[in-house]
Amino acid sequence: MQRIGVFVCHCGSNIAATVDVSKVAEMALMEPGVVHAEDYQYMCSEAGQAKIAAAIQEKNLTGMVVCSCSPRMHEATFRKAAERAGLNPYMVEIANIREHCSWIHKDVEEATKKAVILMRAAIAKVNLNAPLQPGESRVTKRALVIGGGIAGIQTAIDIADAGYEVDIVEKTPSIGGRMSQLDKTFPTLDCSACILTPKMVEASAHEKINIYTYSEVEKVSGFVGDFTVDIRKKARSVDMDKCTGCGVCQEKCPSKKAPSEFNRGLNTRSAIYTPFAQAIPNVPVIDREACIKFKTGKCGLCAKVCQAGAVDYEQKDEIVTEKYGAIVVATGFDTIKLDQYDEYAYSQSKDVITSLELERVMNAAGPTHGHLERLSDGKAPKEIVFIQCVGSRCSDDRGKPYCSKICCMYTAKHAMLIRDKYPDVNVTVFYIDVRTPGKNFDEFYRRAVEQYGVNYIKGQVGKVIPQPNGKLLVQGSDLLDNKQILKEADMVVLATAIEPNPDVRKIATMLTASIDTNNFLTEAHAKLRPVESPTAGIFLSGVCQGPKDIPETVAQAGAAAVKAIGLLAKDKLLTNPCTAQSDILLCNGCSTCENVCPYGAITYEDKEVNDHGIRETRRIAVVNSALCQGCGACTVACPSGAMDLQGFSNRQIIAEVDAICR
Amino acid sequence: MSLEKKEFKPKIVAFCCNWCSYAGADLAGSSRLTYPADVKIIRVPCSCRVNPMFILRAFEKGADGVIMCGCHPGDCHYSTGNFYARRRMTLLFSMLDYIGVENGRTRVEWVSAAEGVKFSETMNSFVEKIYSLGENVRLGDLRCKS
Ligand SMILES: Cc1cc2nc3c(=O)[nH]c(=O)nc-3n(C[C@H](O)[C@H](O)[C@H](O)COP(=O)(O)OP(=O)(O)OC[C@H]3O[C@@H](n4cnc5c(N)ncnc54)[C@H](O)[C@@H]3O)c2cc1C
Ligand code: SF4
Ligand code: SF4
Repeated sequence: MQRIGVFVCHCGSNIAATVDVSKVAEMALMEPGVVHAEDYQYMCSEAGQAKIAAAIQEKNLTGMVVCSCSPRMHEATFRKAAERAGLNPYMVEIANIREHCSWIHKDVEEATKKAVILMRAAIAKVNLNAPLQPGESRVTKRALVIGGGIAGIQTAIDIADAGYEVDIVEKTPSIGGRMSQLDKTFPTLDCSACILTPKMVEASAHEKINIYTYSEVEKVSGFVGDFTVDIRKKARSVDMDKCTGCGVCQEKCPSKKAPSEFNRGLNTRSAIYTPFAQAIPNVPVIDREACIKFKTGKCGLCAKVCQAGAVDYEQKDEIVTEKYGAIVVATGFDTIKLDQYDEYAYSQSKDVITSLELERVMNAAGPTHGHLERLSDGKAPKEIVFIQCVGSRCSDDRGKPYCSKICCMYTAKHAMLIRDKYPDVNVTVFYIDVRTPGKNFDEFYRRAVEQYGVNYIKGQVGKVIPQPNGKLLVQGSDLLDNKQILKEADMVVLATAIEPNPDVRKIATMLTASIDTNNFLTEAHAKLRPVESPTAGIFLSGVCQGPKDIPETVAQAGAAAVKAIGLLAKDKLLTNPCTAQSDILLCNGCSTCENVCPYGAITYEDKEVNDHGIRETRRIAVVNSALCQGCGACTVACPSGAMDLQGFSNRQIIAEVDAICR
Repeated sequence: MSLEKKEFKPKIVAFCCNWCSYAGADLAGSSRLTYPADVKIIRVPCSCRVNPMFILRAFEKGADGVIMCGCHPGDCHYSTGNFYARRRMTLLFSMLDYIGVENGRTRVEWVSAAEGVKFSETMNSFVEKIYSLGENVRLGDLRCKS
């Protein structure tokens, strides 16, 4: 018989206001095996933990139940407290009477009854717990960063500076991400390239950083500390070692009609290309779909002009397999497609552009060499209208429910830059709200209004109608003056919502990292563990976790690095001992379990069995506890009922069911 | 009728996987999204850990409804667990229906860690359904009733 202690936490008033905690403690004493019960204000506090330790020692407890917040919050805390007091940490169970009870029920009587039932279930379970010993697994001292935007670059540099090897896998031909496409950056208006390029160089020159560009993660297996990852290095068709980056090939390439991804399709590029002048690595790739040689077998000009003999049409995709201890996701974002927003005439007029396209238009290396001009006729605009929140804060399913966070600021930036360089251009901004929380942000916005005379109108635009004379008729409303507005504009700029890179779903599935309804990666705890995924060993950096500007991205990138370093610095990790085990007497070696195990943890061995006096050799399933992650798939698949899961055994779960249905 | 309804306090067991649905229930809690206290949650590592035996046991012991929640298909923390669970439950629930435990008393729902709202809505609608079906008498082991 166990000697169980029950500890009921008030959580200040979080639990105690709705649940009669002393009653719960009182009821505990009536349960089988319970020899001690008490309630206290904050069980997780030092004083609370001291009470637990004292009870364990004085009453010689063999198991304990804490009625408190979610086990996802403090199970680890209480397990450690138990261990310090000499009780096996796996003899601790939590009854979640906060998130699953006091916070969602109002009636004290009802909530107390439920808390008692949850407590009984936990007591019933702990009665059947057995002490477990975690195993150990090794840590590969190398990190993988997926995505080479500013987030990925910063995380990689920080991890590498701490002395660990880092690989960056970037899908496109160069690192840099969206920031490389920006012209100037708020709130200080420094030139984006000027602050980004040195970071790109630092990463690529770092002896501990290895960059795979034009590459993608193809397969991930393993677990925290010991991931095995297949990386597909797409065929560049150019030998990285030989290429000198002279650029002759790009000049001479006769196929120049491919839309430039870097310039958001506003102009074209050659089939052999580097996305932009400061690209890292400065080695072009051949876009095989646009290349004449690949399409028709003719041409081959680039190979002829390349002095270094670097062009290699025969190159094939290569799969590299590497081991990592930690993985950081930094896959960033894209702007949403505007198909659903045809009222703004984006598909009808070249002069309706997104803000990201405007970044390219204003950039000296962009399609207009930095001259502000209409893309339809190259004329200088006199009247520009900005429309905020296109697809953000949207209540229907055309757009996104969230605020994209960066648009208010970059629109103020755009408006200011335009008014500064072209004082004769009128700039009007239609907004729902201007949101500028952040250091020096509101000051920045006010400068746009007060110093640069940008005309801000609170109201929404219903429609943009292209006119026969090439102008754009903007129909909007002014909510403060309560009037309709008709404005003829030369250009309309849409502050388009951002969304996580569409690929992230695939990545999340590979990593078994969770993702929210908007495809942003979910953090382990919204407040307390913002850069960790709930999946151990996976960390989050940058906009893939939620909308952010550059300063926030860089801060989070550093935080993710610290968490990864914390993991890499360990030599060994304790493994979860809640693994499966087969009953040697029940197993008939049918192989059903092997087929459902996602980790290949089950093998078969011939074992000597003594089945009620009959000695024979049988084929028995054996679980490798280092590989088993404790999902329990095998336990249910096993037709003989031979497989069971430690910590979540059949008997334990049935005991909980019984306690609840009692 | 209304009197009778008041007296009926259903027993509802919810199996929630640790990674998505249990976390979704936590989020419902921290967002103070209410649902009836009749629902009691049992934490399992994965929906694939839910043995049909557990569900039969619950009905045998007098549960009026059993709901199983897991990660969305494709998002399982263990990659494939919820696929097994889905197939298993489809089969089990149709068999239960056949022996008189109506389909409304059993449900599978995918709730992610970010879907506190969905968790609370699901529980509200499930409990409402159980109230409309009334007490489960079909599978209850009479010996269990005192
Ligand atoms: C119009 C506009 C203007 C802006 N102006 C400012 C400003 O003035 N100031 C400011 O602070 N912020 C600004 N921002 C915000 C800024 O762009 C972001 O904060 C920043 O780029 C986020 O960096 P990131 O690394 O998280 O994402 P990204 O820059 O998107 O980088 C992600 C990287 O991951 C790669 N990737 C994606 N999927 C995969 C995959 N499956 N495998 C491998 N690699 C992958 C991508 O190719 C990319 O290189 C602006 C944004 C926009 C849209
Ligand atoms: S519990 Fe079973 S199926 Fe799951 S990982 Fe362990 S051995 Fe494999
Ligand atoms: S499924 Fe069960 S009986 Fe079959 S090999 Fe696995 S443990 Fe043994």
